[in-house]
Formats: sequence, structure tokens, C-alpha cells
Amino acid sequence: MKEDTKIKGFEAPIYFKYSYTAGATTTLFLKKLLEGKIVGQRCPICKGVYVPPRGSCPRDGVATEEEVEVAHTGTVESFTINYIPIPDGDVDPPFVSANIVLDGADLSFMHLISGIPHDEVRIGMRVKALWKPKEDWEPSLTNILYFEPLDEPDRDIDDLLNKYKNA
Amino acid sequence: MRKVGIIGYEQTPMLRDAGAQNEVELIMSVVHKVLKNLSITQSDIDFTCSGSCDYLQGVSFAFVDGLNAISAVPPIKESHVEMDAAWALYESWLKIQSGQAEIALIYGFGKSSPGEIREILSLQLDPYYIAPLWPDSVSLAALQARLLLDQGIISEKEMAVVVQDSRSKAIDNTNSQLSGDFTIEELLQEPYFVSPLKKHDCSPITDGAAAMVIASEEKAKELYEYPAYITGIDHRIETGQIGARDLTKSPSVEISAAALKLASKNIQVAELHAPFSHQQLILTEALKLSDNVLINKSGGALAGNIVMTAGLDRIGSIFQQLKSNEVHCGLAHATSGPCLQQNMLVLLEDN
Repeated sequence: MKEDTKIKGFEAPIYFKYSYTAGATTTLFLKKLLEGKIVGQRCPICKGVYVPPRGSCPRDGVATEEEVEVAHTGTVESFTINYIPIPDGDVDPPFVSANIVLDGADLSFMHLISGIPHDEVRIGMRVKALWKPKEDWEPSLTNILYFEPLDEPDRDIDDLLNKYKNA
Repeated sequence: MRKVGIIGYEQTPMLRDAGAQNEVELIMSVVHKVLKNLSITQSDIDFTCSGSCDYLQGVSFAFVDGLNAISAVPPIKESHVEMDAAWALYESWLKIQSGQAEIALIYGFGKSSPGEIREILSLQLDPYYIAPLWPDSVSLAALQARLLLDQGIISEKEMAVVVQDSRSKAIDNTNSQLSGDFTIEELLQEPYFVSPLKKHDCSPITDGAAAMVIASEEKAKELYEYPAYITGIDHRIETGQIGARDLTKSPSVEISAAALKLASKNIQVAELHAPFSHQQLILTEALKLSDNVLINKSGGALAGNIVMTAGLDRIGSIFQQLKSNEVHCGLAHATSGPCLQQNMLVLLEDN
């Protein structure tokens, strides 16, 4: 076979439509975001507060039912500066994504950090959620545009999380 | 060989659409129940294995999310098969055989309602020659049924008898999705869905989950009064090239039946995983079961078919039937892939 007639690949596109179910717990979380509230759930055994709630505590394998509203302020547990764009994303690189422990929560969740030069973002930094204008709210975490720095002293993130992690 | 016994089985009701209940919520309900019945917790489990299909959720590594339903902190020994959970049982059985575990938890889950299950299942076909043509699961089964009918091996009436039997037995199965009393004439008058299959010849679209606990003989006796011992287990697969198979037969089941010496066993009950009515006829032919064997007391897959769990459910159903004093030996069958491509036989006895 001549080199130029070799088949090196073929296209077999796959498209599927799903009507996705968020589940009872995620539905609650998303509905509260429409009210401008961040709501997690507490594990009845380890007392850890999960934000966003998953309906279960993977550490104890039990359902989490107690709703807990948490603050819109938190502490950076970890962060990274991204230079690679998110496919179909609307944030241009470079941007900072971070694991943030909200005040009142025991586990971090991921969101964006902005409003500060990237090289000044640090672990332990205090941040506050910046919400979109209310008329643009949807049942989505994108109602929070990003987290911006809060003028407060840094916290020791290990101290903050040890209570839960060693429980 | 170590003796391994099934000591617990729970299944959710089989529903056409579990609605807002997500997979984790479905799994939690059955895992909690099966562990509670045995008065044990996840920390007593040496090995956990699940069976599911990520394509049902349309999310890669969706099965990892399923672990949120069980207690996986501190880290546990865990595995997953992208197959029916009957094969998760097989892996767990091997773990106990090799002495690496004494008690294992198996769970299977599937929500088929969110996507187009017929098309999704075509992704399990050969990716170069068959999958790009998008033959869906019902159409492939219809080709198989057509071969059987045209060669005079089965009749449409025999298919209707399978359906009638399933629907009527399923009346007593509180988890079943489809049940009722129908006459053969009624069934034969139904229009074709994908010719020669009518809708009732196909297993329904089902959401649900199931969980099972198995243990070594010593542990089994300690935890439960009526363990169902796995006295034989064998699985075989046929080629992925549909055209290279004789779809009118199940040579893989025949080989497994011979390997387990089924002819010499006094099998009283059998649960056959036939997602289509004609496939139950292929299986009964391949297994050469005597007429006295009670087949599919649960109603079988035609009464409710949780994808990636329906095979495990056949095994769980035999486990439940063995609790009766009259039943001492049962056979469970699980299948995977198009047109009965892969099959597993599990022989269960009460001692």
C-alpha cells in the first residue's frame, strides 16, 4: 500500500442527549443559590459540614439531612494558576482556581479567585464571594462570579481543617 | 476451593423513572439495608466491588461517585466492573478464594431513564466495524429473534408464553415493574415494535440498584442463618463479531453448564437473565433443564431490568428462594453484551 493511501483514522461522532437528574440534595443546593444562599449539609456522625452537599458523607457512608447555611466568606486551602483554557469555558487564562473552605464548612470546594494580582494569592488568605447582579441569578454556582480578597489577617489552614480531619 | 456463601441481598423497587433520586441515593438505600440486616457496618467489609455503566450517566468515572454512598474513609479495598454486578460478585468470590477477604459487599446500580438506552448500549459493540453503524440493542435482538423464527426453532406463540409467564409470576414480586395476567391471544395481537419483537418481548427501561453480601463459610455461618453457598460458578464470552456467531444457540452457556456438571445436579429453581423473550428460549435449550424446574419465579428481566444489576438480581432471587425449606439447589444466570454474548452461571445450594 502506498504511504499516502494509508487510513490513519476515521470519524465516528457520538452524540447523546440526557435529561440529567441532579438528585434531591443538589436540587436543594441549587434552589438556595437562587435565593443568594449557600447551603450545605451536616453529617450526623462526624458532624462535618459538606458544601456543596452530596446527600451523603463518604467518610461515614450515611445520608446527610441536616441543612446548614454557611457564610459567603472563607479561607484558601490551596490554589493553582491555570494557563490552559477550559474547553467552552468563558474564563480566559491565566486565571486562579482555588479550594476554599467557607466559614461554617469543614471541607473545601472549588471556585475562582480574582481581584488580586495572581502572584499575591496565598494559602490561608481570607476571601469573600462576589455575586452576579441578582437579575442574572440561575440555579448555578456561577451566580458567584469569583472570590475576592477580604481585608483580614491570614488564617492557619491546617488549624482550621485539623479538627475535622482528625475527628 | 473455599466455600463462599451469600448472606444478604436487597434491591430497590424497579421503576421506569426514579425521578429526582440520583444514583448515590439509590445505592445508599440498599447498602444500608443489607448491612443493617446482618448487624454489620462497612468497617466489617474486607472488599467492596460494584458493577455499573458510566454511559448511562453520560459521565466518565461516574462509578467513583457511587462510592459516596458507602463509607470509604479511611480508604477501603474497592473495585468496579463496567459490567453487570454479577461479575462484581465473581471478582469478590475470587478475592475470598485467594484469602484476601472474608466478607465482601457487592452493589450494582443503573438509571436508564435519563438517556437513550437502546443507542447507548451500541457503544459496547466493536468500535470499528459495528458501533459506527449504530445498531441499537433492540434491533440486534430482533435480528436474533428473526433467525430463530425463520429457522423454525421457536414460534411467536412460544415467545408469548414466556411473556405471559413472566408477567403473571411478577405479580408476587413486590419490586417488579411490569406484571399482570394476560392471555396468549392478547399478547399475540399486540403490534410489532421492532419486528419480530413486540414491546412486551423486550425488557423494560428500569432505574434501580441492588446490594449483596457474601462471606467465607465460617463468617457466613456466624452472620446469617441461611447462607446460600456458591457451589459452582463459571462465565464465558463469545466473539464480539456478531456475524461470526450462531445467534440461535448459546455455546458459552452450554460449555458452562457442562463445566458445572448441571446434568448431575438436582436443580429445583432457576433464574435466567433474558432481556428478550426469545433469549429465555435459547437459554432453556442450552441448559437442558428438566420440566420440573421452576424458572424465573421473580418474573425475570422482562418484569424489570436494571442495566448492570439485573444479572446480580437473578442470583439474589435464587438466594431468597433458597430460604424456603423446600428448595435446596438453584441455578442463576447472568448475561452481558448483545444477543447473550457473555454469560455466567452460578449454582447455589443451601449446604
